[in-house]
Amino acid sequence: MALLKISSPHAHGPMSTAKVMRLVILATLPGILALTWFFGFGTLSNILWASISALAFEALALKFRSRPIGFYLNDCSALVTAVLLGIALPPASPIWLILVGTGFAILICKQLYGGMGYNPFNPAMAAYVMLLISFPVEMTTWLQPFDGGVMGNSALLGPIEALQHSLGLGSVDAVTAATPLDILKQNSSATLAELWQQTPQFGQYAGIGWEWANAGFLLGGAYLLYRRVFTWHAPLSMLIALSVMAALFYDGGSSNSGGSPLFHLFSGATMLGAFFIVTDPVTSAVSNRGRVVYGALIGILVYLIRSWGNYPDAIAFSVMLMNFAAPLIDHYTQPRTYGHKKSAKESN
Amino acid sequence: MRQIWDIHGGIHPPENKHQSLGEKIQTAGIPSQLILPLSQHIGAPAAPVVNVGDRVLKGQLIAEAKGFVSAPVHAPSSGTVVAIEPRIIPHPSGMTAPCVIIETDNKDEWIAHKGLSDYTGETKETLLDIIRNAGIAGMGGAGFPSAVKLAGHPSKPIDTLIINGTECEPYITADDILMRERAEQIIAGVKILQYIVQPSEQTLIGVEDNKPEGIAALQAAAAGSNIEIVVFPTKYPSGGEKQLIQILTGREVPSGGLPADIGIVCQNIGTAVAIHRAIEFGEPLISRITTVTGNACQQPRNYETLLGTPVQYLLDKSGFDSSRCSRLVMGGPMMGYTLEDTATPIVKTSNCVLAPTRDELPAPPPAQACIRCGMCAEACPVSLLPQQMYWFSRAQEHDKLEEHNLFDCIECGACSYACPSNIPLVQYYRASKAEIRQAQQDKAKADRSKVRFEARKERIEQEEAEKEAKRKARLEAAKAKQASAAAGDSKADAIQAAIERSKAKKAAQEGGNAPTENASPENLDPAQAAIARAQAKRAGGEVDETSEQKTERLEKQVASTEKRLTAAQQKLTLAQEQGDDKVAAFATAVEKTQAKLDSSRQELEAHLASLKSAAPAEPPQAELDPAQAAIARAMAAREAQANLSETDKLQQNVSSLETRIAKAEQKLAQAKEQGAETVGVLEDSLAKLQDKLADARQQLENHNLESQS
Repeated sequence: MALLKISSPHAHGPMSTAKVMRLVILATLPGILALTWFFGFGTLSNILWASISALAFEALALKFRSRPIGFYLNDCSALVTAVLLGIALPPASPIWLILVGTGFAILICKQLYGGMGYNPFNPAMAAYVMLLISFPVEMTTWLQPFDGGVMGNSALLGPIEALQHSLGLGSVDAVTAATPLDILKQNSSATLAELWQQTPQFGQYAGIGWEWANAGFLLGGAYLLYRRVFTWHAPLSMLIALSVMAALFYDGGSSNSGGSPLFHLFSGATMLGAFFIVTDPVTSAVSNRGRVVYGALIGILVYLIRSWGNYPDAIAFSVMLMNFAAPLIDHYTQPRTYGHKKSAKESN
Repeated sequence: MRQIWDIHGGIHPPENKHQSLGEKIQTAGIPSQLILPLSQHIGAPAAPVVNVGDRVLKGQLIAEAKGFVSAPVHAPSSGTVVAIEPRIIPHPSGMTAPCVIIETDNKDEWIAHKGLSDYTGETKETLLDIIRNAGIAGMGGAGFPSAVKLAGHPSKPIDTLIINGTECEPYITADDILMRERAEQIIAGVKILQYIVQPSEQTLIGVEDNKPEGIAALQAAAAGSNIEIVVFPTKYPSGGEKQLIQILTGREVPSGGLPADIGIVCQNIGTAVAIHRAIEFGEPLISRITTVTGNACQQPRNYETLLGTPVQYLLDKSGFDSSRCSRLVMGGPMMGYTLEDTATPIVKTSNCVLAPTRDELPAPPPAQACIRCGMCAEACPVSLLPQQMYWFSRAQEHDKLEEHNLFDCIECGACSYACPSNIPLVQYYRASKAEIRQAQQDKAKADRSKVRFEARKERIEQEEAEKEAKRKARLEAAKAKQASAAAGDSKADAIQAAIERSKAKKAAQEGGNAPTENASPENLDPAQAAIARAQAKRAGGEVDETSEQKTERLEKQVASTEKRLTAAQQKLTLAQEQGDDKVAAFATAVEKTQAKLDSSRQELEAHLASLKSAAPAEPPQAELDPAQAAIARAMAAREAQANLSETDKLQQNVSSLETRIAKAEQKLAQAKEQGAETVGVLEDSLAKLQDKLADARQQLENHNLESQS
């Protein structure tokens, strides 16, 4: 009788890394749905190209590194990177932009460092930042959202048009518009109330479409929390820090106002960042306390950059900056172990 | 309702307890052979007191405890000792260790035994002795000798006695069924424990809420007593001693400490029953409840199993199908270890034999990369950061590992269970712990060697310095002698010189320290002067041939003898070539010359050696009167003794003891060879000497450490 010789534990939980990754992808669906509803099929075309290219790059890198390709592709981590990058890019981005982005994310930010688990920076965000700095025009051209025809444009990109647009084929001309974060940033004279009246891009609390996309990602995040894919510490502390900053500088809605807390929570990539980027375990702090600090600092940075930085949105920059800081945070936030009065760090 | 606390983390693996709870406890019966490891507990292995061929009765002592932390072993059934040899024991490594093998005779004949009718009349010490002699060791898993744990320490008063009925590991139901069927025995045992420990505040039995029947039985049995049954939510690993203490009291056992440090003693319910049997019936620990379960067994159930029963015997009784079994686990699926051989015996700590199918506990899939998701940290019951420790462990960063409290890891396996990347985290920690322990041992060894080396270096340096001083003194003495010899052509001159020297010496002594000697050059004692003269004469006479002249003479002698030898050898060779009949005579001549040469060489060498080692104090001493010389010698000796440092004294002591031990060992070996009666005595004295040596070494080490600091 050949008995297996193996050390304990012998039982294993039902969770697997691939399952975690698939859950994350599943949780992005409400947000993607909202983006598609308001901005057309451009986001889906982004995701399509990004997924195909990311998997191809991953396979290529694994081949060069002589790793089992199927085994590593199955962990779906490249797919998550692709989906997140696809969501973050302006809808119906040109395919070359996407290829450059996924190539940078997978080859340089991930595989060069040793593959999954070894990357110091969130690959999707690093790629996003690289693209934003290198191709500012392409990266800041957002489509005008669908508002039921109020703004006079209801010709959203259909699936075929989106693909054509991304490939540069045909003569599909999408209507572009500034994002609400952009408008608020440029504003220096109007009060918030006036701005809301003047600009058709604004909706109930934030931008039309943006509100719903953020709500979608919030829903997805809540689902992941429920499934215990991550803990509440980092996302919640980031959202709270951002709200507190916005409340501090709200200034009663004057022309100097940086926007209300609700505006910031439901604008740009806030919810996507909070639940899908900040929670990226590989590049964040490891202890719960550390994650609270990590999230809060990201929230503060997001507000700082949105209000006084050069870029209208700041999730990617803030996350990358805090990726740098994560090991330092870890050093100072080691939890107290059972039977120790203080953590090893504090007692030193 | 009593307040209960929560532990950090924890997991909820499928319990799988119902399978083995369908039937009542069954008696496993008597296997044809019982294999009894001498070490079924933590501490020193027991020493066998039976010989091969002895007939033993059930309950008879077959191996006695060796040392304080140890436990004896008893025969679980009557039969014959057929072997005392290494067999595979239940151990993660699958190693062999000395076991007593008993061929049972199926008579199950008890040795005379009797319990105490009323233990409350006895002292705590008496009861502890009974428990110790019954071989009882913690039956929950660790196997720590119970008497040691219960003896306690006067400086650590106990306020809370905790009885562990948690049984948080999946599959295992040995404690559960014990509660269901033998609750009265448990409570009786707990009352004895109360009597021994005298907890000043409370006695709690902690049970997870997945054992409602057991809880009900315990509550019924404990009614009217001051024993409280505390029920808390099921979560793995609530049954860990430290975890249970936290759940029931909110207190934490300090890192590296014991529960007694915070006024708590913890015992397993199985141990409580064993103590009850030992005190009230005089039965030693010879059987236990073992769960045999897993889907590869058709009839999973609990057995009252004699210690030493081979696992195969239990599996056969449970309809074990080896073709379906993936692995055989001793213990539960979280902390148990795999068995390689079904001949492995059941011991005092064996609570479960798990025979799962491949579907039940499949082989682990290959590990994926760690994504630092933190699910392990969420699961860790002692608030460690397993993912960080995993990285440090891979990089062998031992400092970081210790900083992250690696040694507080209880190896419960919750992190590995939760890890989505299937990383065998606990295995990494075990390996790192072993590496660190090894490194610590190596370091301690190196430190000891360093201390020894430095002491030796110091000693050698000191010896060198002493030698150097002696050499210098000798050199000066030789110079002075030469000068006097050169000056002493006439005897009168020599005498004059001697007198001068003697005067100078006296003056120096007087000027130095001696008020006793009033002698100045003017009023030199006549007797002393006479002695000095006589000595000077002797010196002048004998030293006629100075050492240099002697050397010269001896060298010449050697050279001339060498010449003669060469000549003789030549003659001999010539004679041999010519076939001369004088060959024999020549040969004798050569031999004789050779002998002469050797002797003169020896003489020369001896002379040179004596030149080298001539005591420096000799020439001046020659000029002192005998009394003074004796005083000087005594003083010198005392000074030398004083100069002999503490270290050297201790070292001398050590080395002399070593020599004595070597001699004693020789004697002992001789005595053994000859089968002498004195072997015992010699062994004793050798042991004493070894003790002494150990002491002396310790003293030396202490001294070295002191002198270092």
